[in-house]
Amino acid sequence: MSTDYEERDSGFGFEREYERAGGMGGRGSRRMQRRKICRFCIEKVDLIDFKDVKLLQSYIPERGKILPRRISGMCASHQRMLAEAIKRARNIALLPYAAN
Amino acid sequence: MADKRIYEIVFIVDPGADDAEVMKLSEAVQKIITDQGGSIAKIDMMGRRQLAYEINHQKEGSYVLLEVEGSGAEIAELERRMRVNDRILRYMTIRVDLDRRRAQKFKDRRARKAAKRPLSGKAKEAAAEVEKEFAE
Repeated sequence: MSTDYEERDSGFGFEREYERAGGMGGRGSRRMQRRKICRFCIEKVDLIDFKDVKLLQSYIPERGKILPRRISGMCASHQRMLAEAIKRARNIALLPYAAN
Repeated sequence: MADKRIYEIVFIVDPGADDAEVMKLSEAVQKIITDQGGSIAKIDMMGRRQLAYEINHQKEGSYVLLEVEGSGAEIAELERRMRVNDRILRYMTIRVDLDRRRAQKFKDRRARKAAKRPLSGKAKEAAAEVEKEFAE
């Protein structure tokens, strides 16, 4: 699953950083931990709107799954808000449940 | 005691209906709410969009967004009517007043903290610049 992230270019940078940090992520006994700061904490966002499809789409790569926290670098509360917004958007067919 | 709950209602209309019909449908929905005693704060015709997945074998739909103030009784009645209507493919009601109030509280708390600790000199200039950047 990590190879998926490496091959795809989402233009966001954290996928490429994952390559840099771990090499072939998963190989080797020690996995590098990236100290990444939550983007929403920097921008001081309080509400993540489920209608904001452009924003949400950067957090659901090809298969349509929600990016885990260790990849997106989010803090816990923003990850929860984001996940809830994505699930609502899926409910109302703004985002897919599973895209092939 | 006014309830002042704020709800966001999104519903998807069958693509077979043209714009006039969608408008009429949305007005009928608004009438249901006002008849029950609620009030409409905002209407947004999000227009025709491609659905992310098929609903009722349809690939497109017209989205309508309403912001409603009122109590739960109007919403219950509205959802009942929407469920019966064949033209409405899907609807979703979300209660937003609590989240907005909490977001506002965080914002106020941050503003109060920033005002309490006055930055001086370079730090102040840097903070003002950052504020301006994010304000645009």
